[in-house]
Amino acid sequence: MSITIDRINKRFGNFTALNDVSLEIPEGKLTALLGPSGSGKTTLLRIIAGLESSDSGRVLFGGDDVSNLHVRDRNIGFVFQHYALFRHLTVAENIAFGLESLPRKERPGKQEIRQRVEKLLEMIQLPQLANRYPSQLSGGQKQRVALARALATQPRILLLDEPFGALDAKVRKDLRRWLRALHDEYHFTSIFVTHDQEEALELSDQVVVMSQGQVEQVNTPTALYARPESRFVFDFLGHVNTVVGLVKGQKLVQGDAWISLPGVRNDQEAQLYLRPHEVQLARAPSVKAKLPLRIASISLIGSEVRIELMPEGWQSDEVWEVGMSHSEFARQSPTRGELWYAVPEVGHLFLADGAEPRTIDWQYTEAANASNM
Amino acid sequence: MSTSAQAGAAPVRRFASRSKRVLPGFGLSLGISLFFVSLVLLLPMTGLVVETAGMTLDQFWFTITDPRVVESYKVTLWTALAASLFNGFFGLLLAWVLVRYEFPGKRLIDAVVDLPFALPTAVAGITLATLFAQNGWYGQWLLKAGIEVAYTPIGIVVAMAFTSIPFVVRTVQPVLEELSPADEEAAVSLGASDSRVFRKVIFPSLWPALVTGVALSFTRSLGEFGAIIFIAGNTPYISEVTSLMIFIRLQEYDYAAASAIASVVLLVSLVLLFAINLWQGRYLKRLEGR
Amino acid sequence: MATHSRRIGDQPWVRRSLIGLALMLTLILLVIPVVVIFAQALSAGWSTLASNVMDEYTLDAIGLTLFVAALTVPLNLVFGTALAWSVTRFRFPGRKLLITLIDIPFAVSPVVAGLLYLLLYGRNGWLGGWLSSYDIQLMFAWPGIVMVTVFVTSPFVARELIPLMQQQGSEEEEAGVVLGASGWRIFRKITLPNIKWALIYGVVLTNARAVGEFGAVSVVSGNVRGETNTLPLHVELLYQDYNIVGAFASAALLAAIAILTLIAKAFVEWRQARTEHATPAEGGV
Repeated sequence: MSITIDRINKRFGNFTALNDVSLEIPEGKLTALLGPSGSGKTTLLRIIAGLESSDSGRVLFGGDDVSNLHVRDRNIGFVFQHYALFRHLTVAENIAFGLESLPRKERPGKQEIRQRVEKLLEMIQLPQLANRYPSQLSGGQKQRVALARALATQPRILLLDEPFGALDAKVRKDLRRWLRALHDEYHFTSIFVTHDQEEALELSDQVVVMSQGQVEQVNTPTALYARPESRFVFDFLGHVNTVVGLVKGQKLVQGDAWISLPGVRNDQEAQLYLRPHEVQLARAPSVKAKLPLRIASISLIGSEVRIELMPEGWQSDEVWEVGMSHSEFARQSPTRGELWYAVPEVGHLFLADGAEPRTIDWQYTEAANASNM
Repeated sequence: MSTSAQAGAAPVRRFASRSKRVLPGFGLSLGISLFFVSLVLLLPMTGLVVETAGMTLDQFWFTITDPRVVESYKVTLWTALAASLFNGFFGLLLAWVLVRYEFPGKRLIDAVVDLPFALPTAVAGITLATLFAQNGWYGQWLLKAGIEVAYTPIGIVVAMAFTSIPFVVRTVQPVLEELSPADEEAAVSLGASDSRVFRKVIFPSLWPALVTGVALSFTRSLGEFGAIIFIAGNTPYISEVTSLMIFIRLQEYDYAAASAIASVVLLVSLVLLFAINLWQGRYLKRLEGR
Repeated sequence: MATHSRRIGDQPWVRRSLIGLALMLTLILLVIPVVVIFAQALSAGWSTLASNVMDEYTLDAIGLTLFVAALTVPLNLVFGTALAWSVTRFRFPGRKLLITLIDIPFAVSPVVAGLLYLLLYGRNGWLGGWLSSYDIQLMFAWPGIVMVTVFVTSPFVARELIPLMQQQGSEEEEAGVVLGASGWRIFRKITLPNIKWALIYGVVLTNARAVGEFGAVSVVSGNVRGETNTLPLHVELLYQDYNIVGAFASAALLAAIAILTLIAKAFVEWRQARTEHATPAEGGV
């Protein structure tokens, strides 16, 4: 069942939670609503569920307007951020609650309810905990029970509010994988809210990036990461290294630093964004750029060595971060305190007039100019 | 709204209000609440308004400034103030001891603190009167020290203090429990003396609750009646509280006078109630960091 | 305590003197008075106590007191629950005012409370006058006692429920709605089990106060022996008659109810602490 959000507005007093939001959620896909707190993502989820009403606009499920339909009649599954398990009911009773709430003529018999609960318990791999109370479960177990409870009535749509927010890192990763597998098996239309970009990129088929009550960009995780359309999305998806300066003589200049920018109009402000993996480190400046940086710290943990650097002779709002493979690290053996030069490979340029970035590939420009290297 | 909203699988309530409530029972619960509040709490006030409206301004003023009545205001105010200040100290002490220390009998003390709320005021009254009477368990010792409590204003203070003990304890206790040990440890590690830590670190987070507790205790004491009349002796101009003045005027069938005095008392109580609520709202907001 | 960090006031002499002072004051102000009640009641022996309690007028007073409580408690139970539900589960204009208004009975002197009812429903009141033309007399009779008792005890249930329901939040109820449960089913299966103990304590407090109310009741009761005499009024009557032992016999009954109330409170708090601190299962995702 596809979901259409049509020009939704929502205000809380003077605060605009959602500003004219329109959105298509494709059927059978797992969609992430990603944004910082206050971006309106949870409000949007609650409006889709019917737990909150919008000031104007429509919500359509598979083409049918459900805006005025009560939550009870929307046939959705909702997993709350803090699970909201009924603390005075056992795990099995929690899962059975939705089935037992069905109108008498639709309600399955006692025997069938018991069987369906057993099946769901097996699905969440917790059949041994049927008679426990929520307070006796770990966070991850609670999360699974909440999911089973939401799925018991076979909803057309599954909505999850920060599903992994309250769990520790290890459990979160396991559950993420498990949810993905579950989704691939059952193919309900799912939307989950998160502020964790890694979670959104890893888990979803489609990511909706939100900021200040508006949709910034919608795309698949790969496309989103490769082609952010705004500074906000750029900033929000992983670390970026920035150079802010003035374009002069085909170069972006700030203090002692410069980067060649062929074909860009002179005398305008520009911001260049570079991902950590789009930059190499060298002991001397190249013909393309001179970006002196001093190594502030080196982190060896992970599949890559992460090096943090401070600009030398120029300025940047944030620390620079550059990734280096372990073999490269062993060969170059950079140490803390040394002065190095960043060599950009690919960058994304924001000019003062344009909203969308221009991607610049120096390897390509290099080849065209037939420079030496 | 769309004029052509297609009906979905389930019936669409097309004219349902946009601001519909998700949880059920709003109309029912608010209806019961408003009906009850209007009928039980607000409607009776009209009787007082009607009664006092029947008096001229001069009559009203004359009644509420009658020397005996004025004396009762004074007695009530100072005894209530003394009782609530005593409870400020005693309540803080009890809350501190109950939160900070472990000792035998702690659970019992914690339970017994609420006794004055559970014990009928008349029972408290005759008990205190018996204890503090000249031949009572406490009275005979106090008499030797030259202190008379029963049938004097001090007796009023004792009765008021007794009936309002729980207020300060129960408002200060949770705040004291929430205090983080880290703040104290930080201060101690910086070399501050204990009394300095108390004044500079603990007391600043404690005093809003303490003020609330004392104010509640004061409000309750102003209106106390049952516990007082047995021990106060009720001597005009000396140990008559305002609640008793109202009662006496009623027994004289002087409803107008009783109403006039009661309107003064009621006004003061309502002002205090709203002030305490505003104050609590403000300092709670500050504690939550909003 | 497991922590060995030194907190202020932990020096032995400070500790001991503060505990000592607190114990002493508690003993003098709270414990001994209770002992005195029972000592006085028994000062003339068990048989006198029994005959005092079995006295015709005392039994009448007990009967009226229980009757008043039996009418008051259910009314305030419904009101308190409805009020707590409306102010903790919904936002609406005037919500804060409503929360303040229900505290009125705590702030108003019981004598003033009684007077308010007397002025309205008494024969000279604008409502009472109209009622008496239909031969309905509420004041100086048991209905008046019930009315002022309802007034005086109205905040207790709501006051117990509001903080708890606020702290629990409405997520569980929302989950119930999403799962398609009806309003009644949500209340019975989800809300009621969560607030059960606070509700019980609210009822116990309401009952204790209903049984013990003195000031307001003494204004609206005609104090006719065996007709409009509640137990606290009976205590006063006997005390004024210099029947001290008799007065304390009735007082002891009321004190016993007070002690039961305190025990109920301790039990409820113990239950709540137990449900809140239940330990989660070890291991497993």
